[in-house]
Amino acid sequence: MKKLLFLAVISTLIAACGSGGSNNGSQEKNPYTTENTGAGAETEKKEANGNPSYDPNRGTGKFTHVDIPANLDAAMAENGNKIYEVKCNSCHKLTEEKLVGPGWKGVTSRYAPEWIMNFVTNTDEMLDKDPKAQAQLEICLVRMPNQNLSDDDARALYEFMRKNDGVK
Amino acid sequence: MNYLKYLPVIGAAAIMTGMYSCKPKNAGNAVTGDAAAKTYIAPGKYDEFYNFVSGGFSGQMSVYGLPSGRLLKVIPVFSIDPEKGYGYSEETKPMLNTSHGFIPWDDLHHTELSQTNGEIDGRWIFGNANNTPRVARLDLTTFRTAEIIELPNSAGNHSSPFITENTEYVVAGTRFSVPSDYENGDVPINTYKQNFKGYISFISVGKEDGKMDLAFQIQCPGINFDLSHAGKDKSHGWFFFSCYNTEQANTLLEVNASQKDKDFIMAVNWKKAEEYLKAGKGKKVPVKYAHNVYNEKTHTATSEIKTEVTILDAKELKDICYFIPCPKSPHGCDVDPTGEYIVGSGKLAALIPVFSFDKIQKAIADKAYEGEYDGIPVIKYDAALYGEVKKPGLGPLHTEFDGKGNAYTSFFVSSEVVKWNIKDLKVLDRAPTFYSVGHLCVPGGDTRKPNAKYVIAYDKITKDRFLPTGPELAQSAQLYDISGDKMQLILDFPTIGEPHYAQAVSADLIKNRSVKFFKIDENANPYVSKGEGTTKVVREGNKIHVYMTAIRSHFAPDNIEGVKMGDEVYFHVTNLEQDWDVPHGFAVKGADNAELLIMPGETQTLKWVPEKTGIYPMYCTDFCSALHQEMSGYVRVSPAGSNVPLLFSTGKNLPAAETATK
Repeated sequence: MKKLLFLAVISTLIAACGSGGSNNGSQEKNPYTTENTGAGAETEKKEANGNPSYDPNRGTGKFTHVDIPANLDAAMAENGNKIYEVKCNSCHKLTEEKLVGPGWKGVTSRYAPEWIMNFVTNTDEMLDKDPKAQAQLEICLVRMPNQNLSDDDARALYEFMRKNDGVK
Repeated sequence: MNYLKYLPVIGAAAIMTGMYSCKPKNAGNAVTGDAAAKTYIAPGKYDEFYNFVSGGFSGQMSVYGLPSGRLLKVIPVFSIDPEKGYGYSEETKPMLNTSHGFIPWDDLHHTELSQTNGEIDGRWIFGNANNTPRVARLDLTTFRTAEIIELPNSAGNHSSPFITENTEYVVAGTRFSVPSDYENGDVPINTYKQNFKGYISFISVGKEDGKMDLAFQIQCPGINFDLSHAGKDKSHGWFFFSCYNTEQANTLLEVNASQKDKDFIMAVNWKKAEEYLKAGKGKKVPVKYAHNVYNEKTHTATSEIKTEVTILDAKELKDICYFIPCPKSPHGCDVDPTGEYIVGSGKLAALIPVFSFDKIQKAIADKAYEGEYDGIPVIKYDAALYGEVKKPGLGPLHTEFDGKGNAYTSFFVSSEVVKWNIKDLKVLDRAPTFYSVGHLCVPGGDTRKPNAKYVIAYDKITKDRFLPTGPELAQSAQLYDISGDKMQLILDFPTIGEPHYAQAVSADLIKNRSVKFFKIDENANPYVSKGEGTTKVVREGNKIHVYMTAIRSHFAPDNIEGVKMGDEVYFHVTNLEQDWDVPHGFAVKGADNAELLIMPGETQTLKWVPEKTGIYPMYCTDFCSALHQEMSGYVRVSPAGSNVPLLFSTGKNLPAAETATK
């Protein structure tokens, strides 16, 4: 835990120095971003610039909290399937088998929705700072390409992952 | 001070002086102390200007950053480029189609950025093909050639692609007069005076989409139209062309076209020409010329052969064209930012004439003509002349402006740039060039709003400026700081091909609009594969279409069997990446073609006709990831009539324990 905290601090420092920071104080209104209401909001500390400090369960990116209903949105999942076929299935199988990247079976139980949606939309920064993303990179050795998904694309893809994981 | 050390330099300078110059000069003292600081751009920092430089006989256009002189890109325009697959891929081959068929090379002399209200708007840049007459439009969001139009009735398209101040037209004047395309051209060469004509083409440019269309041509006497510039502000509506060989020589022009004391600047009232066109005074004639357009949605070029052009006859329609006498084979024809002064640079003259637009208008109103040349009125020299710059140097070629009342003229013979004041025609400063300068470029220097921080000289001779590289040397460009009263040489940089004219513009106007990748959802190429699930191999007779995808770091399919001798294989490769700076390359062994370089979201096609049976590796040529070396595959080629079935896969074609697949 101490180690994790240390990593988080370093990451924060890197982020503060980074030149490519995109969400410095200018976050647009977004259905996926409701600060301080999500899980773990109590324990969040604020940095000097007002951004919440690093939460390794959520990763880094614009998604701080995403409401996921219990039941599947089938239409949204279908939309996610289409995106998967164009932009993802070259490297990810729907089983547990690793191809270029890990297989998707069970992915929604391994990661929080915010983490997944941050990873697929903010890929480079996640690979540079997130411990779980870096652990995967050490296994796969190919940096996941940023496929320029919109916020809605990311949400639809998550719904498709849920469907793949058996959510009805 | 080691004097001996400098002897070779002085020796070389002395030789150069003997050959090209009237004044002694010394390369050693031409650069002063703070030049390095003025041109240093720290790693990771951007240059302040883009410099778009014609490639001359390379046929391409190169892009430099200024003040560093760093080469950013070479954009293929009129010549094939195997590195980018330009002219090799099925999608780009139509770009180089002409009425003479596919042409793999040309000679690009001049570049001109699009303008709105006489200021650079950063949307497009145009280039001319001098050999097989064409004009190209390049899109500055993609830095690629978007469109090429061929010009009938023309040869040696030199006075091009200069534009009007709202990019209404790009012009193209023939340097070599020839018999018209629609008449019998099989005539004795020495019937030049009877049979040869000079055509000036006006190509309209779509206000929104930039689409070019050959609006009309003006038929002029058979002489050589060399360079041109549009009027601006008060002289908007006029175009000015320098003309030489008014002797109408058809052989040994070096002597025979240098007989007269004065040739002409031709003033063209193009608004009047538009009126005549509207009034139906044009004559439609049958010709053939290609119009090629690259579509960024289908990622494919199409070529259309057009068959008609409208001609306006300058001899019949009296008030379109006027000749103004100009000393000794004028070359540069440059209009100052106010539009009032037209500077003609006689290659063999020892003075620079400056003509006044107001005086030209008055001369026309007063009919102050000294006669006619082949049916075109010739205005009296003094009636058009504002004044002459006396003894400016030897061999004036081109003039750019700083917007502060000064002009900068290049002198080929005396190897120097000369700064002079337009109003009082006095020389203010001179700076040596190394050596034999041709064109000059001031950012915006031919517009209404120059951004005059630098003048760049594009030299024709390099000699001792860089490390020797055998008989052929890179051409040299030289950057001068002109922010003070005195020009200061601050940098030499080598260039691609042979630069002629160039344009420079503040990077702010262009850099933020640069396309980073093509959206895969919008890819409308008929052979696109949107996702690995849609990849396939299809046989149509002896044509095999491979619908292939590339993503870090594999192709799908990467094992292909069932290709037979006599087949034509088309690899349609779609790059599935959706991020900046992730092109994939594609090459296959033995292809008598080039590679493909496929931008993210794009589809490009390589045609391959195998020459013998066997196994052919294919691989990605652009280092794309840690496992780039793994991004490869195999194609099996079998004899004609073989029964090997058509098979394709990725990751599935694993060794079978017992069955040999022979």
